[in-house]
Amino acid sequence: MQLSIALIVLVLSLIVFSIFYRGLPSLTWEMVSQTPKGGYYFGKEGGVLNAIIGSLYLAFGATILALVMGLPVAMLMNIHLRKFKKLVNGVRFLLDLLWGVPSIVYGAFGFSVMIFFGVKTSLLAGIITVSLFILPIMIRAIDEVVRNVPVGLLEASMSLGSNKSQTAFMVYVRQCSSAIVTAIMISFGRAIGDAASVLFTTGYTDSIPTSVMQPSATLPLSIFFQLSSPIQEVQNRAYASAAILTIIILIISVLSRVISNKYNKNKIS
Amino acid sequence: MFLGIILAMPVLLIVGLLFKSESVLHANSLSDLLFSTEWKPFQGKFGFYSYIYSSVLVTMLALLISVPICLFAAIYLTQYAKSVYLKVIQPVIDILAGIPSIIFGVWGILVIVPLISHYVAPFFGIETAGYSILAGAVVLSVMIIPFILNILLEIFKSISKELPQASIALGATKWQTIKYVILRKAFPGIVSSVVFGMSRAFGETIAVLMVVGNVAQIPKTIFEPGYPLPALIANNYGEMLSIPNYDSALMFASLILLVIVLLFNLAARMLISRYETKI
Repeated sequence: MQLSIALIVLVLSLIVFSIFYRGLPSLTWEMVSQTPKGGYYFGKEGGVLNAIIGSLYLAFGATILALVMGLPVAMLMNIHLRKFKKLVNGVRFLLDLLWGVPSIVYGAFGFSVMIFFGVKTSLLAGIITVSLFILPIMIRAIDEVVRNVPVGLLEASMSLGSNKSQTAFMVYVRQCSSAIVTAIMISFGRAIGDAASVLFTTGYTDSIPTSVMQPSATLPLSIFFQLSSPIQEVQNRAYASAAILTIIILIISVLSRVISNKYNKNKIS
Repeated sequence: MFLGIILAMPVLLIVGLLFKSESVLHANSLSDLLFSTEWKPFQGKFGFYSYIYSSVLVTMLALLISVPICLFAAIYLTQYAKSVYLKVIQPVIDILAGIPSIIFGVWGILVIVPLISHYVAPFFGIETAGYSILAGAVVLSVMIIPFILNILLEIFKSISKELPQASIALGATKWQTIKYVILRKAFPGIVSSVVFGMSRAFGETIAVLMVVGNVAQIPKTIFEPGYPLPALIANNYGEMLSIPNYDSALMFASLILLVIVLLFNLAARMLISRYETKI
């Protein structure tokens, strides 16, 4: 049994180690500061700045959109619909189902909707698809904490004359800020790392997008395309890009821990 | 309004995909689509059997690897280890859960594929390039470990302290208590955690696509390459508009995925909720 724990820890360290071991030697400043130049995919100079920026745009856009849609729903479920236990539990059930839907299905669905409306692959389409994909995660992560807030807080706020929405957005949001930050971080991590849903919807390009209607490169796809090249030089860069993505994910992971610990201090229990 | 979007999402997904896959359903019968291996897009023949077979095989193998590990780890962490261990392990699980699938794919190419082609396959006297069902299953099993383990930990933690205490008071040993009391009590939860892992594994795309070899065939051994459904969709999105009914067939493939995953999840939720009301 100790063996199984050791195995899990070992595998994680092996993953991080092997990615860094292959990736870091090829990781140069050029890689993160330049867009691909002509012949980049044959081993000439350039970097993956387009993919890094594209991924960040996509993940930020999708996370903000999902937060704008998700926060009110989580609050609605726990404050306004407090009396309708069955309905709220039904919604939770539905969200859990949606959580399990593979991202490629969202991608294929988004793609068919885009064809239906005659929209080309663009950053906007990618942002919408990814935000739908992370929405259930966002709502459930916030909901899980909001539902455990003591009723007394709601009653106190209501007795002071504020209405339900004021209670939700001025009292509950503050009370649950650490959970909301964690939810944002989890969603951001999912958004930046997902390749299957953006494959259809966001497209791929060598330049940094200047408007949301343009296609955009993303880091996972960039790794994928570079890795399928037969040229060693380009493959090494794929490993370097993988190292960049891993670093971003690890930073997010550490950051969310630090922030949630910090916010936990000014919370009444 | 946003709640409306949420409520409408599953219906929209199913109706949208059904609408798109209508034309391929008209041209071929459902049993042909599901149980034929003939995949000739140019002649309008779409048999998904080899893809579905690969998907199921990879998923089952992945579960076979990860479920025992998760079960032992969860039992150890909740029953034997000091609580400090859990505090140390929890971040590890969370980080593992947060790693994007593309990274798992790269890791699979770097470590698992050479491992299989140089060491594992020769051990069985088989020659392979390493891009195989087994490689896909190993990568997948690592990916679903954090999901299954997290659910299992929750379930083992939720079992009340009195049950094992009563069992030990009756003279049972620690291991007997775990085997006959705790595992029995947690059984529905364990089943549903496995089903969750299964649905997660079934829909996983990029990581599997990178290591599984992508050859449409019925693999005879696990060292041969396969071609799971999500990989099929992801690999062919570029050319699917040039061949009639091809896009429709791929949408049908994602519909199959969606329906299977929804059914799995539904079953798991039912099990868990029945279990929750029991306690």
